Amino acid sequence: MAKILTDDQQKRKTIGWDGKTLKQMRKEMDEVSRETGHYAGLRTLPFKETDPIRFEKIYSKLRGGVVHARETAKKVAASPIVEQEGELCFSLYTPEADSIVTSTGIIIHVGTMGAAIKFMIENDYEDNPGINDKDIFCNNDNHVGNVHTCDVHTLVPIFWEGEIIGWAGGVTHVIDTGASAPGSMPMGPVQRYDDGYQVTCRKIGTNDTLSKDWILESTRSVRAVKYWTLDEKTRIAGCHMIRDLVLDVIKEEGVDAYKQFMREIIEDGRRGFVNQVKTMLIPGKYRQASFVDIPFKDLDLPSFAKLNTIIHTPSEITVHKDAKLEIDFEGANRWGWHPFNATPVSITSGIWVMLSQTLVPNDRINDGAYYASKFGIPYGSWFNPDDIRSAHSNTWHALVAAWSPLWRGLSRAYFGRGYLEEVNAGNAHTSNWLMGGGYDQYGQLSAMNSFETSSCGVGASAVQDGISHSAALWNPEGDMGDMEIWELLEPLIFLGRQILPGSGGAGKYRGGNGWQSLRLGWGAKEWTMFVAGAGVIATDCGLMGGYPASAGYRFQANKTNIKERIAKGLPIPLGGDVDPDNPTYEENMEAEVIYRDRQAVSTQDTFGDYDVIMNYLRGGPGFGDPLERNPKQVETDLNEKYILLRYAEQIYGCVFTEENGVYTVDLKATEANREEIRKQRLERSQPTKEWMQGERAKIINEDASIQVRHMYAQSFALSEKFTDEFKGFWDIPEEWMIYEDDLGVPTLGAHINRFKQKK
Amino acid sequence: MAKYDKKRIGELIDGTLEFYQLKEMMSSHKDAERFEIYREVLQDRVSWDDPILLPYGLHLYIVQKANGDRIVKCDCGHEFCDYKENWKLHARIFVRDTEEKMNEIYPKLMSPDPQWQVIREYYCPGCASQLEVEAVPPWYPIILDFEPDIDTFYNEWIKMPVPKVKA
Repeated sequence: MAKILTDDQQKRKTIGWDGKTLKQMRKEMDEVSRETGHYAGLRTLPFKETDPIRFEKIYSKLRGGVVHARETAKKVAASPIVEQEGELCFSLYTPEADSIVTSTGIIIHVGTMGAAIKFMIENDYEDNPGINDKDIFCNNDNHVGNVHTCDVHTLVPIFWEGEIIGWAGGVTHVIDTGASAPGSMPMGPVQRYDDGYQVTCRKIGTNDTLSKDWILESTRSVRAVKYWTLDEKTRIAGCHMIRDLVLDVIKEEGVDAYKQFMREIIEDGRRGFVNQVKTMLIPGKYRQASFVDIPFKDLDLPSFAKLNTIIHTPSEITVHKDAKLEIDFEGANRWGWHPFNATPVSITSGIWVMLSQTLVPNDRINDGAYYASKFGIPYGSWFNPDDIRSAHSNTWHALVAAWSPLWRGLSRAYFGRGYLEEVNAGNAHTSNWLMGGGYDQYGQLSAMNSFETSSCGVGASAVQDGISHSAALWNPEGDMGDMEIWELLEPLIFLGRQILPGSGGAGKYRGGNGWQSLRLGWGAKEWTMFVAGAGVIATDCGLMGGYPASAGYRFQANKTNIKERIAKGLPIPLGGDVDPDNPTYEENMEAEVIYRDRQAVSTQDTFGDYDVIMNYLRGGPGFGDPLERNPKQVETDLNEKYILLRYAEQIYGCVFTEENGVYTVDLKATEANREEIRKQRLERSQPTKEWMQGERAKIINEDASIQVRHMYAQSFALSEKFTDEFKGFWDIPEEWMIYEDDLGVPTLGAHINRFKQKK
Repeated sequence: MAKYDKKRIGELIDGTLEFYQLKEMMSSHKDAERFEIYREVLQDRVSWDDPILLPYGLHLYIVQKANGDRIVKCDCGHEFCDYKENWKLHARIFVRDTEEKMNEIYPKLMSPDPQWQVIREYYCPGCASQLEVEAVPPWYPIILDFEPDIDTFYNEWIKMPVPKVKA
């Protein structure tokens, strides 16, 4: 058999350029780019420099066409999440999988689809199963470099006269992939084998036609089949539009011009990125860290996953003298038995989403930027697991937290250079995700994941408040979707949407506020629900004196008496839980079970008619000392219910008079009160170095909760550098150490351990 | 390429520009002379004469001293330390490590749980301004946020002389 295949390989004509294989082309591209420091070794851009109009014309056609493909495809054949939220993107690649041009949308997938094509090249798909004109490939394998299982890629090779000229790729966020729990980002999976139906770069069609075995297998492997099918049609339609576009361009311009163009446009992207770094940043080092809670101790999970811990993501950005951008995550802790693990491609690709909105705010987003940057991602960490068993279904949970501090770091450069309009204190942790599934109100096997998270609060800038209830860092087109559409899709009625006071971090400029929606179970034949959000931790700091956005919690009530209350015309819970210190939901209903707690990640629970669940969409961090906020802005916030009265007084130091429910700030009294608060700050604070002595004693005595000690033990086990810096900072004796094995918590899967390796 | 005068940059610093003006600034190619104008506006506003080398944070500057030192200084005049040290170690700190202290700024369910995370507020010893807030688990080393390479920035990137103390 092996011999037959070899004979066949010898007969097969290679599909690469000049008789090369794709693998040869990939290898040569990496080598020449690395050796010269220029993409494809291009020290000059002859096409662009000699015929710039023609060059730009080709670019505009391709860019416009790729954007057009996305817009058209999502309107003609897409699931509601794709159509309502724009959860898709398309990109055009070189034969070797470098991105030339990309659409708008979730552009993190420029990198992940490129990783999938590179995987096919590396694994000799050219020989078996073969890469031919009009083939269709599918990938959603997390360990190939996907973000999470629900991001499904369609990849179509583009040929010109028997030679591969590129790839079109499209991705959509599908609503369900048949994981151990319903929804696109389920809680419950703790291993790859719980994550759902994973397709590893599989050829699913030839001659532009999907194989029947693929259609049957895939539609039997997921819930919400209708939406899976619609999304696949969307992706194929978009890829074929892009393929037609490329072939039209080649007919007009000639294949040699197109080949030269694709090389130069990427090198142009690399140069543009370097130029932007020099224009907007300051050489040096920027440090920050983020944390996410894993409160799994009491969840219904396998014993080895039941522990409380914290995901730790320190980052150090180095802007080198030559404007190369390097981000090192040394010190990050271990992957775990939770669905929040990630791959290096997913974290680095996501970084471009934000950079394209701040550092490189133009449409020339391609892999040129990748060639101008460098990342350090520790092997064995939560975003580079050393075990294929790791689960990734809800990787955004950790990714959004890890990315946010990077924008805060870069903002120190924007601030230093005076580009205050670009400063961003960070982003909201886009959760809670409200998910569930079962037989819906139409009797169909279905699933849901509320994409209201597309509209969280934005971090404050240095010159204005963050925008409220409007955006998510992963989707540049934030949209909470229409309630009426969600009610059509999900067996849940809205009992209101309302801004959550104080959810944006306080500051001279406050973070954009988050909000809450309240949903009532209605009509499902059988249904389960759960939430996935950050709970006990604020996942990012504020900036330059601003406070972090508020942390999370959950509210759910099962077996309520709301049906009876409606019949009697009595009040029922409506709108948001605007002051959780003084809750009102419980005053307007009774329920057999009420969850009002910080357990913002939960596993499936049956959910019936008249049960109630709240969705809490987070705010963004604040900028600057709150005592410097214009008191009139605090007055507006108070009257428009963006802040509660006691916090307008305590945090902002404002003094108000009230008449008929309308508050007016007393400027003179506020000024005096703020002066008093400043005095109190000095009285109740202490010199930092003095405080450090007390904190050091706590460390020596190992005085911290188990989750805190576990987080450090994992980082210590993976990173000597982090350990040395930690000990150096606190002046800790050499013999002091916290080991995972000594903490009495599960350690299954903890392979890399420099302490054991030393032994 | 856009150009802005000192008045416009002053308004930017003061946060008094309308959104359409900010949007225009965000959408335009960046003005190369922004840094120098910005630095001059800020220098005019502080009460001391040490030349500002780099705005380092809200209220904080890296300034040049006559003896050659480069230090972190608050606009109130308080001088922290050499710019390569962490100024936070020379500030005053207040740590919110109990539910009660957290509840002063967030409703209980909306605050971090001190068993998982604390909030550290760093104040200027001179003017009591809140200069930075960290939300970190207990024991976390105090973060040195930013170490700029000032000489490369001036000499190789913007190609301007590093400001000197007037003789």
